[in-house]
Amino acid sequence: MHVIVCVKQVPDTTNVRINPETNTLIREGVESIINPYDEYALEEALKLKDKHGARVTVITMGPPQADIVLREAMARGADDGVLLTDRAFAGADTWATSYAIAQAIKKINPNPDLVFFGKQAIDGDTAQVGPGVSEFLNYTLITYVKALEIKGDTFIVETHMDEGTDVIEGKLPAVMTVVKEASTPRFASLGGWMIAKKADIPKWGANDVNAEPALCGLNGSPTKVVKIFAPPVKTGGMRMDGREEPKVAVEAIIKLLQDKGVA
Amino acid sequence: MSDAPIIIDPVLCKGCKKCITACPFDALEMQGKLAVLKPEECRACNACVKVCPFKAISSAPEKTDSNPTGLAAFKDIWVFAEQHDGKVQEVAYELLATGRRLAKERGCDLAAVVLGHNIKDSASHLIAAGADRVYIVDQPELAAYEADVYSDALHQLIAKYKPEVILAGATAIGRAFIAKVAVRAHTGLTADCTALSIDKETYLLHQTRPAFGGNIMATIMTPNHRPQMATVRPKVFKMAAPDAKRTGETLIEALKLMTARTKIIKAEHSTSTLNIAEAEIIIAGGRGLKKAENMEMLSTLAKLIGGVVGVSRACVDAGWTTAARQVGQTGKTVCPKIYIAIGISGAIQHLEGMRASDTIIAINSDPNAPIFGVADLGIVGDLFEIVPLLIDALESKS
Ligand SMILES: Cc1cc2nc3c(=O)[nH]c(=O)nc-3n(C[C@H](O)[C@H](O)[C@H](O)COP(=O)(O)OP(=O)(O)OC[C@H]3O[C@@H](n4cnc5c(N)ncnc54)[C@H](O)[C@@H]3O)c2cc1C
Ligand SMILES: Nc1ncnc2c1ncn2[C@@H]1O[C@H](COP(=O)(O)O)[C@@H](O)[C@H]1O
Repeated sequence: MHVIVCVKQVPDTTNVRINPETNTLIREGVESIINPYDEYALEEALKLKDKHGARVTVITMGPPQADIVLREAMARGADDGVLLTDRAFAGADTWATSYAIAQAIKKINPNPDLVFFGKQAIDGDTAQVGPGVSEFLNYTLITYVKALEIKGDTFIVETHMDEGTDVIEGKLPAVMTVVKEASTPRFASLGGWMIAKKADIPKWGANDVNAEPALCGLNGSPTKVVKIFAPPVKTGGMRMDGREEPKVAVEAIIKLLQDKGVA
Repeated sequence: MSDAPIIIDPVLCKGCKKCITACPFDALEMQGKLAVLKPEECRACNACVKVCPFKAISSAPEKTDSNPTGLAAFKDIWVFAEQHDGKVQEVAYELLATGRRLAKERGCDLAAVVLGHNIKDSASHLIAAGADRVYIVDQPELAAYEADVYSDALHQLIAKYKPEVILAGATAIGRAFIAKVAVRAHTGLTADCTALSIDKETYLLHQTRPAFGGNIMATIMTPNHRPQMATVRPKVFKMAAPDAKRTGETLIEALKLMTARTKIIKAEHSTSTLNIAEAEIIIAGGRGLKKAENMEMLSTLAKLIGGVVGVSRACVDAGWTTAARQVGQTGKTVCPKIYIAIGISGAIQHLEGMRASDTIIAINSDPNAPIFGVADLGIVGDLFEIVPLLIDALESKS
């Protein structure tokens, strides 16, 4: 069994702040991390390795230094990694990202059994790349997987839907996006890091994966960002100090609730 | 780099660094006395082009697109009307209300698309909600959602009727198969839009969404591909009152669909699943509650005024409650009549999910907490003092 996991390096957006005067992101001290949802995807793959001896390959598309997320994945147990990096990929939207990743997957293995994605990336939050790749590969798509079992070439998954859980059966191969409920990601071992640090990670550009330049990066992206701005600031309504006279504040709350027909 | 989206003229650049500070993506750096682009970071937002006092920066000419022809053949705005067990989801009505406004701005028709089985009754509701036309594909293969079959159906309709815009709810289903359809149609899809409008000059759809965890907003367009596609989370837009007098056309489409590659062997859907997005009153707590036991206060208050308990992500991360109660960008978007925020700072990701609430009351000990910026009534004070008093007062009333 060959399982491919797509992991993305993202800024730790918990720490991203905006400078209200210049309208720009303050990047100082903002770390790059492995997209948290991709850790669950990786864990699903590693569980298949533990149980069925699957080979686990990780892919990331990003700047040259993004190889660190691949090494981290390998330190946890992934067998090999591929870094997709090329100026031609820069500025890719979800269409162009899905295309580039699908081309890379086809080169690694035209018929992998499973391709895992995180539910979404925390910088873009689109959740579109996994479904997009499933379309390029013409693979069955299962989203929001929270439990997975494989018997031969059959899979049974539980998926997280708006109104509860679906249990779905299908045949491999498939693309799956994984949610947090699936598992707790394992830590990397020291020995794992020793190997991962020295691992040889191939760097592929658009040419290497036979990607059409007109379909890559900014040029290949149907969507264009036309404006970036800070979210509007609201000034708020009535303000009361409840520190001195908490009772008065409570009365104000009750009065407002009554005005709105509650309480 | 010839394929760089931004070109900096090394002769005109005087090294003033204005572009460096203006760039939201940290995509420019100084090399000696010249500004140099890091193309892998650049998103071609043109912020640097605008600030350069020496006109040294320009955007690269658009490359000819792979599919720019025939755009004029696409017309009308479509809403994908998701249904479960024959019941159209509220988000579809919310999108129809917005779609109505967009159709007016564009000067075109608004249509709804329903996929499913035994769903013909939905047409009248969709017309009352604003649709001029309803396309219905009512076939047993569509009885349950399956990504392949749904994608096939919607894509066939797109190929046949060529809509200019498609809006869909960013639900578990909408977020999955709509992205497949966008790839198959070779077009752009913008996720989780919070504002939509039609550009007055180009008639393109302006799609605005939060980026980088809500820290900035981005407006996105799909200039050269059709349809222009966008998803919107439930409760972001408001529904309009239905107008039973509206008339519209219903078209039943019979499609030859691919066979599903998967099957649902069990669906554990419960109507009683907590859905805070539906609540009229939400009592929400945050890290200010200090520990799990203090969540009790919220449920007591909720019982007294008939609301449900919501939380900030901090409470979920701390393990005080489940993610189903989380309000915000990575939780639920809510729009209740009353939202009481207790010990919540009002981080942008939280505000994103609740700012549309009709009336917001905030209790927070920090007078500078951003939650006060959206509160109709802001109480600066200690929640451990205010909330018990409020509970007492409400109890003595009932
Ligand atoms: C990509 C991303 C997505 C996110 N998505 C979400 C999301 O969906 N929802 C969400 O909520 N957050 C989300 N967050 C997290 C968000 O940035 C904040 O960290 C979180 O909302 C903070 O929760 P809080 O307000 O409860 O905690 P804090 O920010 O710690 O605020 C606690 C508040 O309680 C007040 N307080 C303390 N003691 C008292 C007292 N005795 N009486 C009165 N007030 C008191 C304090 O003054 C403070 O303002 C997201 C972050 C990222 C990066
Ligand atoms: N640049 C990338 N490199 C590798 N995987 C990616 C990349 N972008 C997105 N993904 C994968 O696609 C998922 C969804 O991302 P998104 O559609 O951006 O929310 C992520 O969780 C990753 O698994």
